[in-house]
Amino acid sequence: MSEENKRDDNPVENKPPESEAPPAHPSAEAEPKAGESAAEAPAAVAASAGQPPSEGDAPVPERRKETDEEKAARRKATLEAREAAKVAAALAAAEAAKGGSSASAAGAQPAEESAKGATEAPAAAAAGGSSASEGAAAVGSVASEGTAAATPAASEGDAPVRRKETDEEKAARRKAALEAREAAKAAAAQAAAQAAQGGAPAGAAGAGEGAGADAPPPKPPSPSQPRLDRVAVMLRELVAEDAVEEAYINEANDHLPTLVIKNERWGQAARLLRDHAELACAYLRNVSGVDYETHMEVVYYPWNMNAREGYCVKVRTDRESPSVASVTPIWETANWNEREIYDLLGIDFPGHPDLRRIMMPDDWVGHPLRKDYVPLDPEV
Amino acid sequence: MELDLANVSPEDRKEVERNVFFGTIEQLKGWARSNSLWPLTFGLACCAIEMMAAGGAHYDLDRFGVMFRTSPRQADVMIVSGTVTKKMAPLLKRLYDQMPEPKWVIAMGSCATAGGPYVKSYSVVKGVDQIVPVDVYIPGCPPNPAALIYGINKLQAKIRYEAKTGKQVTSR
Repeated sequence: MSEENKRDDNPVENKPPESEAPPAHPSAEAEPKAGESAAEAPAAVAASAGQPPSEGDAPVPERRKETDEEKAARRKATLEAREAAKVAAALAAAEAAKGGSSASAAGAQPAEESAKGATEAPAAAAAGGSSASEGAAAVGSVASEGTAAATPAASEGDAPVRRKETDEEKAARRKAALEAREAAKAAAAQAAAQAAQGGAPAGAAGAGEGAGADAPPPKPPSPSQPRLDRVAVMLRELVAEDAVEEAYINEANDHLPTLVIKNERWGQAARLLRDHAELACAYLRNVSGVDYETHMEVVYYPWNMNAREGYCVKVRTDRESPSVASVTPIWETANWNEREIYDLLGIDFPGHPDLRRIMMPDDWVGHPLRKDYVPLDPEV
Repeated sequence: MELDLANVSPEDRKEVERNVFFGTIEQLKGWARSNSLWPLTFGLACCAIEMMAAGGAHYDLDRFGVMFRTSPRQADVMIVSGTVTKKMAPLLKRLYDQMPEPKWVIAMGSCATAGGPYVKSYSVVKGVDQIVPVDVYIPGCPPNPAALIYGINKLQAKIRYEAKTGKQVTSR
């Protein structure tokens, strides 16, 4: 497993893991002693573990996770950050402090290190601090990467110290490390001091992006608003002044212009929708009925085949004797739709040529989709 | 040709006892009927897909003598596979009445058994046994072909058992 992943190491990763690998490899892999593997496992868990196990620990998970490139890169950055934070915290707190005071000290430590060193100092902080053989080999890109990754981790450095991070924290840290890595990649050519200073804003910006802080832009006017206004004006002028009860845009339904037509005016309005040269809704896509318990409603979807645009028209009626003028003489396709609405909701459609049940048996009692429907034979 | 049973040689008698079986004509009929169940296809919903799969090449109901008929006049089993609505119920009853005796009914799946997921629906019959007498209920939603074959085996066992004992497991 480690052997084949070591081959993947070269194209995917930058130099430092390669340079880190040879020192760590013979000791950790070629001679898998029980004591060392036992020392590695606590190194991942206990914060107070010594630096040599942590050095050996860092490359191994890196190479193990390098099969998936993105994941490996993200986790590597996180691991380096964790190691840096661990070492920094251990140095600052001198293995004793485990509380929040060590977090601030840990945050201060890499900042100092990165500030005093030109290029290699943050790399040393990232790669394990005291071990010069690892840190000296790091080049600028990975150094800045390690610094940028280390900064957000060090800012919440108490998590690696206490080793009580939850999955959410881990995920947040990974995300921050990933974003910091990308920011560092962009700034790879810059000096390490700049990168170290830019690391903190990068981490902060990453956290801000993660929270989705940017406010939604002000809502633009609906693209269907002119059509809605036009059809409302036409209905008011050509049918009746009181024909349109409501007119609004249904944004969820692709900004569909929606009109509520007065019940008595619906026949004329439907004819206008079909016959007017501008509206030209020659096709009725669907008819449905709704029982709102306070009232009934029939919903029509006329469609203009030439302009490829449509409307939604709602006609309300009362529940006691629901009645809406039939549009079957206008759109023949409404025939069965209106029969279905009559069958299930009991809405009468005066003007329909053949209004009888279409789905339920002819001798059915009641209209089963009405909210007050009580079955005649509840147990059968 | 005359057969004098008194003068059968011992060898012949031994041979006859070895080769001739005795039973009632009812058992013979039960044996024949149980091995030539011809179901009326009554696919009403997704259970019908499983029934078709059971009749297809892989599960091959033909090897049990089960051959689907499209006419109730030629069928003696009705496999009600699917949801029986109240609109469909009179037609189901009519087709059952058109089947010649003896006849059996298999309620396949939870819909035909007790309404299934539509037990609270206004339009579904809560079990086909409200309309016709059911011999075998097969649970499942839908039952897979193996379950249908198991149900058919149960019906065969029931036919043979009733032929042997004269008992009716269900009242007609």
